[in-house]
Amino acid sequence: MDDLSNTSGSSPGSVPSSAPLARIETNQQLTLSGTWTLAYFHAIKKQLSTHDAKHIERLSLEPVTQLDTAAAQLMIEWFGSERMQQQANHLPDQRRQLILSVIEALEVVAEAPETPARTGFQRLGDSLARLGQQVTALFTQQLYLLGFLGVVLAAFGRTFWRPGRWRLTATVAHIHQTGLNAVPIVVLLTFMVGAVVAFLGATVLTTFGATIYTVNLVVFSFLREFGVLLAAIMLAGRTASAFTAQLGAMKSNEEIDALRTQGLDPIELLVLPRVIALWVSLPLLAFIGTLSGMLGGAVVGAVSLDIPFAQFWQIVQRDISVRHLWVGLSKAPLFALVIAIIGCAEGFKVSGSAQSVGERTTSSVVQSIFMVILLDALAALYFMQMGW
Amino acid sequence: MSDTVIHIDNLENRFGTTVVHQGLNLSVMRGEILGVVGGSGTGKSVLLRSIVGLKPIDDGDIHVFGQRLAALDRRQRAAVERRFGVLFQQGALYSSLNLLENVALPLVEHTPLSRPEAEQIARMKLALVGLPAGAAEQMPAALSGGMIKRAALARALALDPDVLFLDEPTAGLDPISAARFDQLLLTLRDALGFSVFLVTHDLDTLYSVCDRVAVLARKQVLVADTLENVAATQDDWIQDYFHGPRGRAAYASMKENR
Repeated sequence: MDDLSNTSGSSPGSVPSSAPLARIETNQQLTLSGTWTLAYFHAIKKQLSTHDAKHIERLSLEPVTQLDTAAAQLMIEWFGSERMQQQANHLPDQRRQLILSVIEALEVVAEAPETPARTGFQRLGDSLARLGQQVTALFTQQLYLLGFLGVVLAAFGRTFWRPGRWRLTATVAHIHQTGLNAVPIVVLLTFMVGAVVAFLGATVLTTFGATIYTVNLVVFSFLREFGVLLAAIMLAGRTASAFTAQLGAMKSNEEIDALRTQGLDPIELLVLPRVIALWVSLPLLAFIGTLSGMLGGAVVGAVSLDIPFAQFWQIVQRDISVRHLWVGLSKAPLFALVIAIIGCAEGFKVSGSAQSVGERTTSSVVQSIFMVILLDALAALYFMQMGW
Repeated sequence: MSDTVIHIDNLENRFGTTVVHQGLNLSVMRGEILGVVGGSGTGKSVLLRSIVGLKPIDDGDIHVFGQRLAALDRRQRAAVERRFGVLFQQGALYSSLNLLENVALPLVEHTPLSRPEAEQIARMKLALVGLPAGAAEQMPAALSGGMIKRAALARALALDPDVLFLDEPTAGLDPISAARFDQLLLTLRDALGFSVFLVTHDLDTLYSVCDRVAVLARKQVLVADTLENVAATQDDWIQDYFHGPRGRAAYASMKENR
């Protein structure tokens, strides 16, 4: 408070500030003096509350050095707007206008209908309604995603037979961003997880004297599951969010509407290149991730488990059929489609505000990671039943 | 009325090698409405951003309320900035807060007011700029352009500023809303007595509200004077600006109104 009052007093031309004061002058006249501004809000409130407005006939505002709207509001609420209006008539032009404007504004405020407080029963109803809304929202969300998938597939079908309408440049640019630029992080991540799996395997298997099977554990898990799963989760976090933010910003900037009015299909121009780019990138990344994870396991084997590289490689060639690689990689295009569709669909759902972009981006990452893991679990069941 | 609130001395602003301002001088007087005009890219908004401290200046001095901006420490600077109210071109209302919270935010943060007290004042400010009482609980995304401008003005006025900066306040408004906004600005200025730094392209606004007009061109303020004197200045750009078809129409309607 002191800070505020000091600075507003130190400027040239303005009157030095002093604490607001309300003093009974004669019987029914209250004289106000000092600085009546926002900085002294509480002091003003206190000063006014020491006097009973009912016993005051006249307010003398002349000695007040500064008056702002906040103080005027307090004054009017204390003294009553009609009586204040009469008092204002005696004042110089600018101050009268200030008080009259505030009176006018307060009249508008007073017109606002009071919202009745909710009873306990109504609040229970509200929370039930919210729950219901969330459930239906979940359902419509899935419906929307399916619809979006359909629209994208239709656009794909339309353009597939016409190479002239393939957006090669955009697609390659997206492959660069989502695929090539993601290689270092995917390699690092899978390498470390590979090393961790090898350590885990060694710890458990030593008790059975079967340390050598660490090789099978690492290679199996990476070929079938971890290679593709880790790459997909990485892309869900890295790319789905980027797609949502890009398309969301375009949506709120009305760029997508602009495309539509020019007779261009935003799905074909914006979504298809992204979907195809991810469709190409994810299998490649999954393959690289698989290799890197196996390498991580091999390094741990060579360094601390006495399994040299050559032996590791020999076991891989002897024990593990290439079928497992195909099983693992076959999931990649599906995951890519799900991640790209969710990322783009959420981007299209952005509406206006910056908050909306944030909400949709979060939602797109959570949804795509959830869907990837769910589909992976279903695929694991399926492959097991098929005995692949 | 004649003392200086803002004094800009020999200001220089650069972006990389592009010089936007060079040797720019300008003063804003207490209680006046100063209109700042200039072609696109002459750095009107940059000038505004330099004064309010959003862009560090490259050379020269800006004095605000008699204090040199560059010489102030962080606390003093914040205190000076609290006496500014800024209305951005798009309103820049916080989209996650409703109007009442938008206006109450500076009050809650910068004054010892409690939230109910701040909201009480905020409601008054919203009504002061001509918004209906029901608008207080609405989110910015639900509002029309004119209402957003008014709400942003209410937020700029929250702390009863001494200087109000307006960046194209009537851009994107229909002529009726724009005229109402001009009228509102005049009324509030007369009632509250603040100075206004008004960047605008709107000739009607220029003619109806500005006490003085500053013309930005060739990296400097070419002239800053009353509208009549500015319009009479012999300069190609100024002649085109004020005596082109739009300028003549705005001038004619001003004559009619007076």
